[in-house]
Amino acid sequence: MLRIENLSYNIADENSEKEILNNVTFKFDKNKIYVITGPNGSGKSTLVKNIMGILSPTGGKIFLDEEDITNLPINERANRGIAYAFQTPVTFKGLKVKELLDIASGKTNDFNTLCDYLSKVGLCAKDYINRPLDDKLSGGELKRIELALVLARKAKINIFDEPEAGIDLWSFDNLTKIFKSLKSTNIIVSHQTKILEIADCVLLLKGGQIQKVGKYEEIKPYIQSSTCGKLRGQDE
Amino acid sequence: MNKIDKSLLEQVSDLHKISLGAFNIRKNGEVLDRKSTKEIEIVKKKDKSGIDIFIKKDVKNKAVHIPVIITVGGLNDLVYNDFYVGENADVTIVAGCGIHNDTNETSTHNGIHSFHLAKNSRVRYIERHIGEGKGEGGKILNPITKIYQKENSYMKIETLQLGGVTSSVRKTFASLGDGAVLNIQENILTEFDQTAKTLFKVHLKGKNSRVEVVSHSVAKNNSYQVFKSDVIGENECFGHVECDGILLDNARIVSTPMIDAKDSNSSLVHEAAIGKIAGDELIKLMTLGLSQEEAEKLIIKGFLMG
Repeated sequence: MLRIENLSYNIADENSEKEILNNVTFKFDKNKIYVITGPNGSGKSTLVKNIMGILSPTGGKIFLDEEDITNLPINERANRGIAYAFQTPVTFKGLKVKELLDIASGKTNDFNTLCDYLSKVGLCAKDYINRPLDDKLSGGELKRIELALVLARKAKINIFDEPEAGIDLWSFDNLTKIFKSLKSTNIIVSHQTKILEIADCVLLLKGGQIQKVGKYEEIKPYIQSSTCGKLRGQDE
Repeated sequence: MNKIDKSLLEQVSDLHKISLGAFNIRKNGEVLDRKSTKEIEIVKKKDKSGIDIFIKKDVKNKAVHIPVIITVGGLNDLVYNDFYVGENADVTIVAGCGIHNDTNETSTHNGIHSFHLAKNSRVRYIERHIGEGKGEGGKILNPITKIYQKENSYMKIETLQLGGVTSSVRKTFASLGDGAVLNIQENILTEFDQTAKTLFKVHLKGKNSRVEVVSHSVAKNNSYQVFKSDVIGENECFGHVECDGILLDNARIVSTPMIDAKDSNSSLVHEAAIGKIAGDELIKLMTLGLSQEEAEKLIIKGFLMG
């Protein structure tokens, strides 16, 4: 369904060129949960940003349902069924939560529908729909609304970049419940054990390449060695 | 009243949203219509052009509309409107000016307003400025607002100018007594070669007086905006000024927020940020399916109208 072929991403300055992704090839199947993990700087976020079109690859191709989407802008990828939750949610001045949920779902939603989206992320609609999505909301609230916006997309492929970061008191169990309930392909960048455990497939990235692919139990020994025991959330 | 008059009046005074109480409609320098009510009396000034508006004490949930429309070129209109708001009154005042100029001669409106708020009174003041018309003639608006707030009074000013005005110089002076609160929200869009200048000067004289100024500016094309604020703390008081500007094309915004704590118990804050539309905001909206152009429009709309 989603296929990346020899995907490369380099950044260059005046004197040198740095390889962030190096010829990554992988096929994401329908309705599976994929967790991309690996040490800091291994290229995890760069990979998903390339899939969404936020970054443009310096080499390789991206196919969605066999259509080459490598050169499509972000919105056209979104409208073909890719949704994306940012690691650090974006805030606006003056745009309200309801307005953004309406844009995300492509229609004007009634209160009950908005309530469905927000209650899934543990928020009460009446307290939030008329609030601006600005920095007066806490980091945890912003993160949950970011998830709700992705749910409202009803996309074929959902990308979550470190969804667990800053979700405050809301439990990981709720987060994993959401991932398991989604009838879509989920690509999650995460270090969290509980998220790794629900993966149908874990991709271990190192130095811009896929080092290992498999179930968490199979990949676990490699994850620990590749991150030198610095893996966040491993012992939580 | 013709179609243009009606359209301008609707845009300036939002007549369809707030129920009509007392009003004074001024067109091309003359009074078109006026109505007083038993709670709000509007009286023509004897010595100069303009009106005095007397709002009785304890009047609640009433509105006063004093729109000005100009539909000719070559007019230089000057008007003085003075509001006297009684103790414990709670009213909405809708003012503003719409110029429709199809000629090649400039028309100017200079509206000089004063607000005298008695103890415990509350005023929401909505001011809209519109410029339109096919002519080359300028559409110039220079409002001056003077505010005198007594003990525990509250005033909220909402200013909106969304393009069309060739040039505006907006000056606001305020003096706040004990416990008085002034809240100003100014949203201005300029485009083409338009200029908009704003000056606020607020004296926080009373104990626990408080002012909050939020200015949102969007400058497009070659337009130019200037924002100057001067908050002077003369007692135990709080002042906060925030000026945010979005720049597009070759536009320019200059912001000069000044705070002067004359009393050591003053707490005064100013913040100013000017720049292009944030890239991450555009990207986020594009991930929700909007094109870059749609995303830009939505960000500006939210910023000015949100």
